[in-house]
Amino acid sequence: MARLTGFLLMLVVASSLGVVASQHQARKLYTAVEREQQRSQQLEVEWGQLQLEQSTWAAHARIEKLAREKLAMRPPLSGQIIAIEEQP
Amino acid sequence: MKKAKKGVTFNHNPLLRSELSAWRPRFVLLCLLGGSLALIGRAAYLQGVHDQFLQAKGESRYARVLEVPATRGKITDRQGDVLAVSSPVKSIWAIPEDARLDPSQTRQLAGLLELGVSELNQKLSSDKDFIYLKRQVSPELADRIAALKLPGIHDQREYRRFYPGGDVMAHVLGFTGVDDKGQEGIELAFESQLAGKPGSRRVVKDRRGNVVEDVQSIRLPQDGREVALSIDNKIQYLAHAALKQAMTDHKAKAGGVVVLDAKTGEVLALANAPTYNPNNRVKLTGDQLRNRALTDTFEPGSTMKPFTAALALEKGKVTAGTIINCAPGRMTIGSATISDAHPHGALSVAQVIQKSSNIGAAKMALSFPPETMWKMLDDLGFGTPLKLGFPGEVGGRLRPAKAWRPIEQATMSYGHGMSVNLMQMANAYQVFARDGDIVPVSLSRLDAPPVHGARVFSPQTAREVRQMLELVVQKGGTAPQAGVPGYRVGGKTGTAMKLVGGRYAHKYVASFVGIAPISDPRLIVAVMIDEPSNGKHYGGDVAAPIFSQVTAGALRSLGVAPDAPLKPLQVARQGVSQPAVREAM
Repeated sequence: MARLTGFLLMLVVASSLGVVASQHQARKLYTAVEREQQRSQQLEVEWGQLQLEQSTWAAHARIEKLAREKLAMRPPLSGQIIAIEEQP
Repeated sequence: MKKAKKGVTFNHNPLLRSELSAWRPRFVLLCLLGGSLALIGRAAYLQGVHDQFLQAKGESRYARVLEVPATRGKITDRQGDVLAVSSPVKSIWAIPEDARLDPSQTRQLAGLLELGVSELNQKLSSDKDFIYLKRQVSPELADRIAALKLPGIHDQREYRRFYPGGDVMAHVLGFTGVDDKGQEGIELAFESQLAGKPGSRRVVKDRRGNVVEDVQSIRLPQDGREVALSIDNKIQYLAHAALKQAMTDHKAKAGGVVVLDAKTGEVLALANAPTYNPNNRVKLTGDQLRNRALTDTFEPGSTMKPFTAALALEKGKVTAGTIINCAPGRMTIGSATISDAHPHGALSVAQVIQKSSNIGAAKMALSFPPETMWKMLDDLGFGTPLKLGFPGEVGGRLRPAKAWRPIEQATMSYGHGMSVNLMQMANAYQVFARDGDIVPVSLSRLDAPPVHGARVFSPQTAREVRQMLELVVQKGGTAPQAGVPGYRVGGKTGTAMKLVGGRYAHKYVASFVGIAPISDPRLIVAVMIDEPSNGKHYGGDVAAPIFSQVTAGALRSLGVAPDAPLKPLQVARQGVSQPAVREAM
């Protein structure tokens, strides 16, 4: 009887230690998730800023100016365009 | 017992010998029992019955409610190019009472905030509990201010809206206020879709401030939805650039260009002048803010004539070849006289459109009852707002048919005595571009084109009028400058005198509404220039070249195959020189 009690007591102690350990583990993991979520938010913000930057660089006014002045380009004239029709 | 002689031991204390009544120990016992019962009862009450209070108190020691920010949705064009995006910024605020800064700190802060030292001191000496020192500064600057560790100076995360397109798209998009809520344009019209709803959640934080456990999510954050407009960034730029050029060339007061996709009713471009930069709205006037294409009306003038001709064709009153006598260029109806800008002799119906004869149009209009004409104008969408959901949209003026006098019916046939906005004009020209029906105009991108429109004219009538519109841009028409090399295009000029104080003044509104290509219309382009004052004021001289420029660029950008037969000689000649019309890319 005393032996059984001792055994059960040990089991109880072991399981409570286990609870503490897993609780700690869970909190650590949760912090990690939290950090990643913040990072994803940060990246979202950065993505927005990059899109903004991209559309500023790719503004049609800027492209036209560069194409005309720096690269001496001009739109093709109607006679220089050959339209190719897709066969259905 | 020796000791007994010296004193009394406890056991022999005489007090013990005195008899105590039996109730006294029982009473004490009862009191102790009662006391502990009360404690147990109270404990049970607090733990079991009234447990929320203490739980909340306990939780407040370690749990925190965090605000979860939600971002405002992006606005993109039809290809997904970003037109408006929110980016986080910081606002610097202070609790004046706590902000005890020494002069060098004040100087440092004023320098970073780009404020005067005295201005800053004045703000900090205010007796309010909370003041903004500067709103919407860059996160980098806020970090530098935070690094100074000044007492009573704090920052707060906010969002600011950025518009990479600047003034090109200003009127369509509108803008948001300092609190990231829409105030004008699409930002206001689509506010409910764009706005995000910030959420909040309760979490457990550890000693170092890390979140270790999510207790509950009170409200999930909802990011604003992305709105895809029907606008084509490239065509919008073409329209904006052409309009801007024309504004300076003709010293005009204002102007607008609308480009519609004839197949779907989507608005591909909507440009207005004067415009503004939505990223910097310091010196903004109401004049710059107006989205004229939707909120301003004007007398359309001759651009209405094709509708009159179409009605006459539809009702079988005339055919394209019917001759109408327009001599001698004047006509008296009741007590009023109407006249042509250039007197004509006898003209066919097609020529009335080509040469824009007021008398020809008036004669056709007087052949049917006012109700018939009113019904057509109403079907075309005049007199009522188009309901694009745009703030400040107007419907123009179209009086009920019962109130029309014959002279009014005559002037309305060539677009006087009524008013429209530019978008309505473009909308109505769908009947010619779409073989007689009209689909609703849309500012947001459509996934599937509307199948059925509201029929106004028969396809036969629409095609015949389309032929007449093509004559207008050819030799002998009023707008040869509207031609687009490589494509068959058509349209109608309009030159209306402006009403100033109830009288017609020598101020004009020049307009041109056209469709391209004629063989299978894809685009409707409407151009309006208000008060051109550099010598030219006819729609064919002022508005038509803009049409040509925008249409040429837009057709190429959309990859529409040329439908006009090539003229080799002309091509060879043009191949070496600059094009007659300077095209924008």
